[in-house]
Amino acid sequence: MPIITESKSAAVVIDEAKCIAEKGCTVCVDVCPLDILAIDEGRRKAYMKYDECWYCMPCEADCPTGAVKVNIPYLLR
Amino acid sequence: MSGSEPKTEIIEADILVIGGGTGGPMAAIKAKEANPGLRVVLMEKANVKRSGAISMGMDGLNNAVVPGYATPEQYVKEITVANDGIVDQKAVMAYATGSFPMIQYLDKLGVKFEKDGSGEYNMRKVHHMGTYVLPMPEGHNVKKVLYRQLRRLQVAVTNRYMATRLLKSTDGRIAGAVGVNTRTSEFLVVRAKAVVLACGAAGRLGLPASGYMFGTYENAANCGDGYAMAYHAGAELANLECYQINPLIKDYNGPSCAYVTGPFGGYTANNKGDRFIECDYWSGQMMLEFWRELQSGNGPVYLKMDHLAEETISEIETILHTNERPSRGRFHERRGNDYRKRPVEMHISEIGFCSGHSASGVRVDEFARTTIPGLYAVGDMASVPHNYMLGAFVNGGIAGADAAAYCDGADLPTYDEGALLSEKARVLAPTRRDDGLTPHEMEFKTRRLVNDYLEPPKVTAKMEIAQRRFAEIREDLHYLCARDPHELHRALEMQSILDCADMAAAASLYRTESRWGFYHLRVDYPETDPDWFCHTGLYKDDNGRMAHRKREVAPYVVPVAEDEMAAYHQLRVKTPAAAE
Ligand SMILES: Cc1cc2nc3c(=O)[nH]c(=O)nc-3n(C[C@H](O)[C@H](O)[C@H](O)COP(=O)(O)OP(=O)(O)OC[C@H]3O[C@@H](n4cnc5c(N)ncnc54)[C@H](O)[C@@H]3O)c2cc1C
Ligand code: SF4
Ligand code: SF4
Repeated sequence: MPIITESKSAAVVIDEAKCIAEKGCTVCVDVCPLDILAIDEGRRKAYMKYDECWYCMPCEADCPTGAVKVNIPYLLR
Repeated sequence: MSGSEPKTEIIEADILVIGGGTGGPMAAIKAKEANPGLRVVLMEKANVKRSGAISMGMDGLNNAVVPGYATPEQYVKEITVANDGIVDQKAVMAYATGSFPMIQYLDKLGVKFEKDGSGEYNMRKVHHMGTYVLPMPEGHNVKKVLYRQLRRLQVAVTNRYMATRLLKSTDGRIAGAVGVNTRTSEFLVVRAKAVVLACGAAGRLGLPASGYMFGTYENAANCGDGYAMAYHAGAELANLECYQINPLIKDYNGPSCAYVTGPFGGYTANNKGDRFIECDYWSGQMMLEFWRELQSGNGPVYLKMDHLAEETISEIETILHTNERPSRGRFHERRGNDYRKRPVEMHISEIGFCSGHSASGVRVDEFARTTIPGLYAVGDMASVPHNYMLGAFVNGGIAGADAAAYCDGADLPTYDEGALLSEKARVLAPTRRDDGLTPHEMEFKTRRLVNDYLEPPKVTAKMEIAQRRFAEIREDLHYLCARDPHELHRALEMQSILDCADMAAAASLYRTESRWGFYHLRVDYPETDPDWFCHTGLYKDDNGRMAHRKREVAPYVVPVAEDEMAAYHQLRVKTPAAAE
């Protein structure tokens, strides 16, 4: 069966004005227990890549610039 | 994924610890403290800095045995009674005697526990009989403290490697494990004399009612890999039919948490605002009363706090919204939930395996040894009941020290090369296809069937359907497709989940009685049967099939009188009508 791509809303939001991934920061990506965050190669900013969040919040707590906001995923909000 | 074969690196260690959450780091620490010369490797699927159930910290110790409040004997008795007598008391006693020294050790390392003005631990009563809860309102630094100690003792940490199978030598000893990098799919084979499994609960077994696959009670990285690895290696698993089912905040699906609010005067109530259970401590019996209340039309069930004083409520808020699950506050905010005005709606969680709160897991003795020489299991995945966080630490420590002694003079076993090759083929199979079924849909379907057919009340005919449907999914594994390393990691997890689903069904069918309240409520066998006063063992037999055995309950080290044994069966509040 061919595989299709579906769209999802991202509960974890990165404030790109605050994110300093272009300076080499990867903290949120490093700490996420579910490994769902990534750095966008083009924009050099962190983003939520997979809709697999446990809303545990290390990403938000450990971000050095306060750029991460964890919202409760819509299905259970 | 590209056609080129991922690299394989092979390293040697004395002790390999798999899982860097709670029990795992403590096993590594205590092994190193026992013998600093040992090469200890800690393999973690995520990052030990923030992995596992306590990634953000913890609200309190749920089972602290502190002198002046309880003796190890009293604790062993309480846990025996809470588990309908089916416990290995020696293992519970090993925990109970190690409990206070571990609190002192953690305290020394910098973990903060609540103390009164004179520096004594501020113990609270939540259990039915004794006093065992020690709050940790500032419990957010636990992972930092552990990490610092791991660094200090030079434990080698490999983050983002998911262990997939254990390796054994031809003489049946443990010989190491295979890991797969979750970002590159590269293999890491760790040869070791001893292996400690500390992979946490099987938390992605049932599907949360919200339908959000990762909105589980447990840290969603804990998907049951440890149970699957132990099973495939030939270790015995105990009492898997004794599911974990918890009373949680509806939809949010996290603890509310009655252990925190109870000592302040909060309690579980029905839609009339009335108490219906005498004790909020999580047990199968408590969950049975919870379920009955929902069935009776008196639901929803709430956690009630709106009768408390403002200062009490703000204290509760500070604990519940900043510590172990800080997103609780965010959830309530969106819903307009205010503890002052409205009780919190609760529901019954999806099923899982977890000895942290129930009594199932890889069978271990009082030294955390499994049935395979050199293999240990600790924490939520090992069979010591109601172990919680402190149990993971204590048993982790016991395993680390015992493994260090075991390594002394032992040679490094040679693993079976054929087993490694076939494991690599199994791991990579989903990467060999360009299309097929995604890990998400196969996982969703497995877990949806778990909800449909395995949730209590358990019905024989339904569980048999589950087995047939799981077998169909197993055939569909030929279509499982992973297009990148992240998807491969989910594809491997999905296979652990399917293994656990099969184990849950088989174990539940084997025990033809009802026991542990709601956890093993069988409609076809509603009574508790003295013939089943035993542990059950589930293992892979020589033909590779799932097999079962009964195991006697070892003679008690702490006697329990007949009338005491029934204490947890009288949890329902006696109404005047019922008393007549
Ligand atoms: C929301 C919540 C609240 C709780 N509240 C309390 C409380 O207030 N008080 C209390 O005493 N207890 C509490 N508990 C229970 C307690 O946290 C657990 O019993 C304890 O932390 C379990 O420790 P563990 O080492 O077994 O598992 P964990 O700490 O979860 O660690 C398991 C680790 O294994 C890793 N792992 C899994 N699979 C693999 C693999 N294949 N390869 C490599 N690594 C792997 C995971 O990433 C994880 O880091 C709570 C649990 C939860 C979920
Ligand atoms: S931790 Fe913060 S600053 Fe660093 S990459 Fe993530 S969002 Fe950007
Ligand atoms: S809340 Fe937890 S699971 Fe979600 S992105 Fe942040 S660290 Fe990852």
